[in-house]
Amino acid sequence: MENWKSSARAFWVSMAPPTFWLVAFFIIPLSLIWLYSFSSKTGIVEITLDWNLRQYARALEPVYLGIFWKSIWMAAATTAICVVVAFPVAIAIVFSKPTMRMWLLLLVILPFWTNLLIRTYALIAVLRTNGFINNGLDWLVTHADWLLSFVGLGDNMLIGPYRPMALLYNNTAVIFGLVYVHLPFMVLPLYAALDRLDRSYLEASLDLGAGHFRTFFLIVVPLALPGIASGVIITFIPAMGSYLTPDLLGGTDSYMIANVIASQFKQANNWPFGAALSFLLMYATFFALAIRAVLMRKEGRGDRR
Amino acid sequence: MSIFRRNPDPIGPLDYARRFWLRAIVAVTLFFLYAPIIGLMAFSFNDSRRNVVWRGFTTDYYVKFWNNDSLMLAFANSLTIALMTTVVSTILGALTAYVLWRYRFPGKAVYEGGMALPIVIPEICMGVAMMVFFARIGWPAGLPWPINLGSITIAHIAFAFPFAAIVIRARLESFNRELSECARDLGASEYRVFRDVVVPHMKPGLIAGALLAFTLSLDDFVITFFTAGPDTVTFPVKIYSMVRFSVTPEVNAASTVLILVTLVVTAVALWVQNRNNMIGKSAH
Repeated sequence: MENWKSSARAFWVSMAPPTFWLVAFFIIPLSLIWLYSFSSKTGIVEITLDWNLRQYARALEPVYLGIFWKSIWMAAATTAICVVVAFPVAIAIVFSKPTMRMWLLLLVILPFWTNLLIRTYALIAVLRTNGFINNGLDWLVTHADWLLSFVGLGDNMLIGPYRPMALLYNNTAVIFGLVYVHLPFMVLPLYAALDRLDRSYLEASLDLGAGHFRTFFLIVVPLALPGIASGVIITFIPAMGSYLTPDLLGGTDSYMIANVIASQFKQANNWPFGAALSFLLMYATFFALAIRAVLMRKEGRGDRR
Repeated sequence: MSIFRRNPDPIGPLDYARRFWLRAIVAVTLFFLYAPIIGLMAFSFNDSRRNVVWRGFTTDYYVKFWNNDSLMLAFANSLTIALMTTVVSTILGALTAYVLWRYRFPGKAVYEGGMALPIVIPEICMGVAMMVFFARIGWPAGLPWPINLGSITIAHIAFAFPFAAIVIRARLESFNRELSECARDLGASEYRVFRDVVVPHMKPGLIAGALLAFTLSLDDFVITFFTAGPDTVTFPVKIYSMVRFSVTPEVNAASTVLILVTLVVTAVALWVQNRNNMIGKSAH
């Protein structure tokens, strides 16, 4: 790498356009929001910058703290389910043959390239009252009833008639949708962590008489811990800031923080308060990223030993 | 059938990929990931308005999609935005990657962090920031097509070019710096070195970065939703308003088209990358 002074002109020419774009169309819009978060709404459209902390104080009101807590809780539940589901998948991928491994990885990543909105819409068709799950269960119950009629227990004496479950527009649907969307985020870091694992440790553990479960919890998990932590944070951050999933799959009580921000900017038309909430969400994101950076550094140090 | 005869190739202790339970979990997970999407695509051919049970094969809804002017306009808008985003993002991404790869300069870590910001901050924050920004500077409304797509395109470029920069920089890592020094020693100007030595090496990265920018732009909903005006509706925003309204086969048909476009672009990107990895490996 050379010092920028050695060819200053080329440096400036190549650096200026991207820097301009980043500053003009990213840093300035964000700074604008940041200033708004210290402003007050003085009229229907007028906003005055008076450097007050009222918007942040309002964000600490129980209603909004509750929504923050709910977002964290939903993201945590999503992350936990993702860990449980992704771990066996990652193990299976790591221990398969190289060609198979490539295909499995591709299959896991591919949904990621499908539009988020479309994936969420696809879940509506699965979960709604007339959706695939309810219709499938209805079909099962009806046919089980028909089979039971041969032994004289038909006509809904034992089971049925099937009542569709309310699967959509509640918190469970939102968590289901969040897991659906974020699962690839978890599989990839876990795969990377497990791939780096020295297999002789596993062989030693199994040779010395530990079972597969014991080996998993006492050897694999501690060794892969930095990778697990990285996957947890990578899944948690976007899950907490999700807008579309709670918007489309959630009910009136499944509002997450992003939905509140959106409603402050659109329906409620209270930009300063929405700006304060945005920045609180961003600070939470940065905090999570900082934890990840610290963990990664620790892992790097561990490797050098 | 290992139950009936001895398995000629017994499962080793670490052959986790061949254990029944792990295979079952992988199969169920893949089913979970794919069944909704495949169901959605299948039901776009369903001959029933209510879209509940299968009533027979039809391509009516694709014809309806084709004849639906507002949907087609939204589709054209999305493609136009994606193309403009791709061109600008690739150029800006290449310059960013080049600067970060070639130079040492004070505050470089901060600069890199700034470039990563659009990737890491929640989409909703960027969306509302863009909305406020364009409202504040008084971005004119009611411009003729395609200039009215400018604000969305600007926002898309702002989040797409850092992604492109990462892809292109990864490619530059394999570049032998001595080649550019050599060209400079032989009297080539900075610009010629960049054009004739660096860019040819960057090319696969440029293609991959361009395709990434294209899919990111085509797929984006949240940021567009906040930047778009009533007369600048993109395809995902249009689908969103249809989804809010009802679940109809038209939405399925429109979604299927978007999925296929993205899949083709992604497949090309993966193919380009893969081919280059192969070439890279055989060259060493």
